[in-house]
Amino acid sequence: MANMNMIQALNSAMDIMLGRDPSVVLMGEDIGYFGGVFRATEGLQRKYGEQRVLDTPIAEGGIVAAAIGMGVNGLRPVAEIQFADYIYPGFDQIASELARIRYRSAGEFHAPVTIRTPCGGGIRGGQTHSQSPEGIFTHVSGLKVVMPSNPYDAKGLLITSIEDDDPVIFFEPKRLYNGPFDADPNKPAVPWSAHPKGQVNEGYYTVPLGKADIVRSGADVTVVTYGTMVFVALAAAATLGLDAEIIDLRSLVPLDVDTICSSVRKTGRCVVAHEATRFSGFGAEILSVVQEECFWDLEAPIQRVAGWDTPYPHAFEWEYFPGQQRVRTALTAVMEPE
Amino acid sequence: MTNPSRLHLPHPPARPGEAPDFSYVHLSAAGTVPRPDVNDRARDIGFLSTELVRVLDDEGVARGPWNPHLDPAELQVGLRHMLLTRIFDERMQRTQRAGKISFYIRSLGEEAVSVAQCMALRPGDMLFPSYRNQGLHIARGTPLVDLMNQLLSNTQDMCKGRQLPVMYHSKAGNIFSISGNLATQFPQAVGWAMAAAIKGEDHLAASWIGEGSSAEADFHHALLFASVYQAPVILNVVNNQWAISTFQGYAGGEQRSFAARGPGYGIAGIRVDGNDFLAVHAVTHWAAQRARTGAGPTLIELVTYRAAAHSTSDDPARYRAKDDHEHWPLGDPVLRLKQHLIALGDWSEERHAALAAELDALVAASWREAVTHGTMTEGPRLNADLMFEDVFKEMPANLQRQRALMRAERP
Repeated sequence: MANMNMIQALNSAMDIMLGRDPSVVLMGEDIGYFGGVFRATEGLQRKYGEQRVLDTPIAEGGIVAAAIGMGVNGLRPVAEIQFADYIYPGFDQIASELARIRYRSAGEFHAPVTIRTPCGGGIRGGQTHSQSPEGIFTHVSGLKVVMPSNPYDAKGLLITSIEDDDPVIFFEPKRLYNGPFDADPNKPAVPWSAHPKGQVNEGYYTVPLGKADIVRSGADVTVVTYGTMVFVALAAAATLGLDAEIIDLRSLVPLDVDTICSSVRKTGRCVVAHEATRFSGFGAEILSVVQEECFWDLEAPIQRVAGWDTPYPHAFEWEYFPGQQRVRTALTAVMEPE
Repeated sequence: MTNPSRLHLPHPPARPGEAPDFSYVHLSAAGTVPRPDVNDRARDIGFLSTELVRVLDDEGVARGPWNPHLDPAELQVGLRHMLLTRIFDERMQRTQRAGKISFYIRSLGEEAVSVAQCMALRPGDMLFPSYRNQGLHIARGTPLVDLMNQLLSNTQDMCKGRQLPVMYHSKAGNIFSISGNLATQFPQAVGWAMAAAIKGEDHLAASWIGEGSSAEADFHHALLFASVYQAPVILNVVNNQWAISTFQGYAGGEQRSFAARGPGYGIAGIRVDGNDFLAVHAVTHWAAQRARTGAGPTLIELVTYRAAAHSTSDDPARYRAKDDHEHWPLGDPVLRLKQHLIALGDWSEERHAALAAELDALVAASWREAVTHGTMTEGPRLNADLMFEDVFKEMPANLQRQRALMRAERP
């Protein structure tokens, strides 16, 4: 075991997969010689060569399309889109092509592409470096959608995603790259080395898709969340002295309905939290599943915590970000329904 | 006072009721365009993107340095594939009109594009077609019954009922699945070729789009990635002048040839008479040699004419002169190759008529076989359960649940 932040853990996953499987190639803007703007691919081109760690033009549609063609020709490409905010030029190739090649060819062709992309706010990135578009991709049949919340999961989930024969959109909450974050920007940053999930096996291991992690067991209320909001929810529940059960989904598609529902059946209360905007957000899907499966176990209406339905504003980072107070409001509402 | 700027709006030369005029098409005489070495640099052979490579002259005689000197037996095979494509198209068009299939797209007048290009490539080369490239399947030997089963979405449909008619694929024939979204396959072909180069294989990829869809960003991504990585790929723009009702001027063809996009990206661009079997074969073979010898990608503009409607849902009489096609200066690819073979003494009207009859019978027999596997209205039907398969490699729980719900809806 070694101390790793999330960047190092992701780097380790790609390093291991490049070493294990000659069909794995990395591609993306600035990822080769330079090692990526967040350093996730640092040193990998030097180690594995320019033919396997490709710098690409600034053309997300071209990156995804080329990855698809490579995947059809037997490679296992891992493409980086530098920010999730820049993924839209590649959206047609993802939604109309990558997601459906297996289906439309009746299983004769497929492209095992993983698309990594940093997402989320809390870094003063404004409206073009802070988005959480995961819900858009969960709405496309044929894509798997993953978002880790810590280094250990990030590495195991990325290895699983690369090995998966279906396309995976792998969102990396960039505010968590260097340490867990509870949405209090005034506290000193906490490094991953001080957190148990920053202890990462240096070798090969996997974390399965579709298996949520119960980050904290509790009896009072279930909080279903993922990404950065895992730590915000933990902190908010602690300040209220609630015995909350915090569920980190880890993958949105496939969704671990069983873990969510057995928890809600136990606690009778549910809060759903994500950074992404609220309207038509992925939280609505979770809420719908919970009310369909657990309606008679619910003691109170389900509450949602999300970003406001506005673009992400640069000057109002912390008014926008769904911080502890927004989670506390939801927890209080679900604990003390009117 | 300077003149104010004015918005330019491209117009086709002839609308319904007007006299056809193809004076806008720049022609070179057969045999006059030089043939550069396959390893010449793109920047040194820019003339290929503005001239028009032609081999067959108006008398059907092969002329000049691009003459591929193909064996008459191979030319006969080419003629057979083109004629079969045409007869198949004709028959499927009538089948659609009779309500037996929902939709069809003919390639009338463009048969040389797919057939000659396919014959100039190797079986291991991967083809990324558009929806008017049925000649690729014919030339690679996909059985007609398989194509018809797809058109019928019947129990033997290669797409398991998931795709519109004509969106074929052939894993065994190395022909990729047709998307139906325009131009998306173009940069995918480049990715496939990049992978071939990474793996050190000498297969190349080839892809086709219409001049209309060269307006999509995917076209430019394809040229850019092909240029940057010098991928072993042949990118073909089939300039048949029309994208449904949109004249090629709206894809930017008025000011510069489509082939000239190639040199703009630093890759070889070459403009060829798309109705000249010999020229298309020669140019494609030249591009393939470039790709295989590491000289990089080639953009080929095949100048041709969409003689038929865009699809069975289209009526070109509403937007272009009715007899346009008869005035097309590059003639008809089937008739031109036939004329050439007759001039060589390797073909005759009698043999041609006999071949047409044989192929007609083959198409008819194939149809009789295909319909035994079901049609839209009669006979066996695909199991609707199939709609839930192949979304993912393994069917997830939510799809299994929905499949059960769908079954429960059935009477």
